[in-house]
This record gives sequence, structure tokens and C-alpha cells, in this order.
Amino acid sequence: MTTTDWPLWEVFVRSRRGLSHTHAGSLHAPDAELALRNARDLYTRRGEGVSLWVVPSAAITASSPDEKDPFFEPAADKPYRHPTFYEIPEGVQHL
Amino acid sequence: MTAPSTDTPAVSAALALGDDALVLSHRLGEWMGHAPVLEEEVALANIALDLLGQARVLLSMAGDEDELAYLREERAFRNLQLVEQPNGDFAHTIARQLYFSTYQHLLYARLAAGDGPFAPLAAKAVKETAYHRDHAEQWTVRLGDGTEESRTRMNRACAALWRFTGEMFQPVEGVDVDGAALEAEWLASVADVLRRATLDLPEGPRSGAWTAGAGRQGLHTESFGRMLAEMQHLHRSHPGASW
Repeated sequence: MTTTDWPLWEVFVRSRRGLSHTHAGSLHAPDAELALRNARDLYTRRGEGVSLWVVPSAAITASSPDEKDPFFEPAADKPYRHPTFYEIPEGVQHL
Repeated sequence: MTAPSTDTPAVSAALALGDDALVLSHRLGEWMGHAPVLEEEVALANIALDLLGQARVLLSMAGDEDELAYLREERAFRNLQLVEQPNGDFAHTIARQLYFSTYQHLLYARLAAGDGPFAPLAAKAVKETAYHRDHAEQWTVRLGDGTEESRTRMNRACAALWRFTGEMFQPVEGVDVDGAALEAEWLASVADVLRRATLDLPEGPRSGAWTAGAGRQGLHTESFGRMLAEMQHLHRSHPGASW
């Protein structure tokens, strides 16, 4: 295997209708069309999906591990944000 | 062992189509561990496995699949000379895929629409070969319209394999398709892909005395014997061995 300078792509697979696309992994490809085909070969060859997205990894803005505390910690001790203080009316389904 | 001597048209057709799939599958398998990038290696392996699946169905229609694959001599194979051509560089492999997958896709689309013995297989295979064809077309356009180096190599590969393409449209006993119409559609499609790839349409002859192509009669090119030796040696060394 030689190394290439092909960009990295993130692959999202919708496993069936009604579900959202879920991150499956990443791969290298020279452009979007071939990234989609590589994704098909790498991530859906055992019938895992009905729809594929590929996104250039460089286009993703990610939160930094350094920011973990200011970002996520304040939510930990605020149980009143969880919708658990309501009486659920009878007859309401699928809540 | 040679090919069954009491060949019905259906058996000789199954052998011809099955050998095409088996031999090309083996050639593509030779890329394993050698492909330019991991993603492409998986793509070629997928195509090889699709072809192997087709070969198993087709050879089983003609007899015992293992005996046919592993115990026949070179002259008993009925595959096109195109599919036995060595992988060469990646451009040669892609040119071979472009020529063959376009043919196979058009052929199976016709067989799937008919009601002959190959219709059930063709209905499944036509979807596989549509993807093989797309894969080859995508790469042909990128290599042709890529760098000076890739363009030179792709032009060279398309020209080198051109003389093997006429054989695909020779009539095969038991395959009920209009060869002339198939060829016209193949030529239009390949010419369109090469034009989009800014590649030259090769000019050499594709049929007649000076072209290659007698694989269907059991005459094969030099490298085929070596390929066959590698493919068959395990089974011949250990007859009846299983996993």
C-alpha cells in the first residue's frame, strides 16, 4: 500500500426508512462521487443500509476535548431540565 | 478432463458465460494485497466476489462446479480472451473492466428480459454488473481526464485491449441475443465514456483475420496457462480437500 493524499470523508448510513443517518466510519477518496462508491463497498456490503451520506471530514467543526467541562459539565446537576416533572395524561401513547 | 462432449446449447452457453465470470473473478482477485489503495482493493474484491457467485451458478448449470473450475485443461475453457488478459497496471485493469462490464451488463439486461434458462440468474446479475460498469466508467473518466501520466496509461490500455473486444459479439450457441444490436449499443456506450474521459477511441480492427479472439473455441493467450496453474494447483495437489 502506498500512501495517497486523497482527502478523508466521513460516512453516514441510514439503516432503514424512518431512522436517521448514523455515523459509520471514514475513508479516503479523491472526490465525492468515488467516496460514495467506496462507502457502498466498505459499509453497506452486508445489507446494512438504504441510504448513504459522505461528508468531507474537513467540513466538520468538532468540539474540543479541552472544552469538555465548559460545554457539558453545567448540564449535569440540573435535573429540572429533564421533562420528568409532569403528570402524563392517560391515553397519551408513544411519549 | 475436457468439457462434456454431449454439450447441449444450454450447457455450452453456461460454460461460456460461467468461464467469463470465473476467469475475470480470478484476475481481479490477483489484486488482493496489491491494489493502489485499501478502498479500491475492497471495491475490486467485491466485484470479484459478485463474478464468482455468477460463475458458481452458471457452472453448476453445466456440471459439477468444482470439477469444471479445477480439473479442466486450458483448451476446455470457453471464456473470452479479453477476461484472461493480465491485470497490467491499474489502467489495464480498468480498461478490461470497462469493455467487459459494459458488455456483460447489456447482455444480462437482455437475458433477464427473456424467458430462457439464464433469466433468473440474469435478473440478479444485472444489478451487480450495473455497479461494475459504473465503477469502470467512473475510473475511466478520472484516469483519462486526470494527469498526463494517467491519461497516457489509460490511452495505452484502451488501445492494447481493443482487439479483444470483437469476440464478445460473436454468436454463442444457446445465448439468444442479437449480437449486432448488442455490439452497436456497446460501441455507442464505450465511445461516449471515452469521449467524456478525453481519451481516443482506439482505431484498430475488432473483427476479422488480424484480431484476437478465439477463447470461445478453447484457444487462449499465453498468460492464461500460468493463471490456470495457479488457480488449480491446490485442488489438483489435494484432490477432494475441503475446509
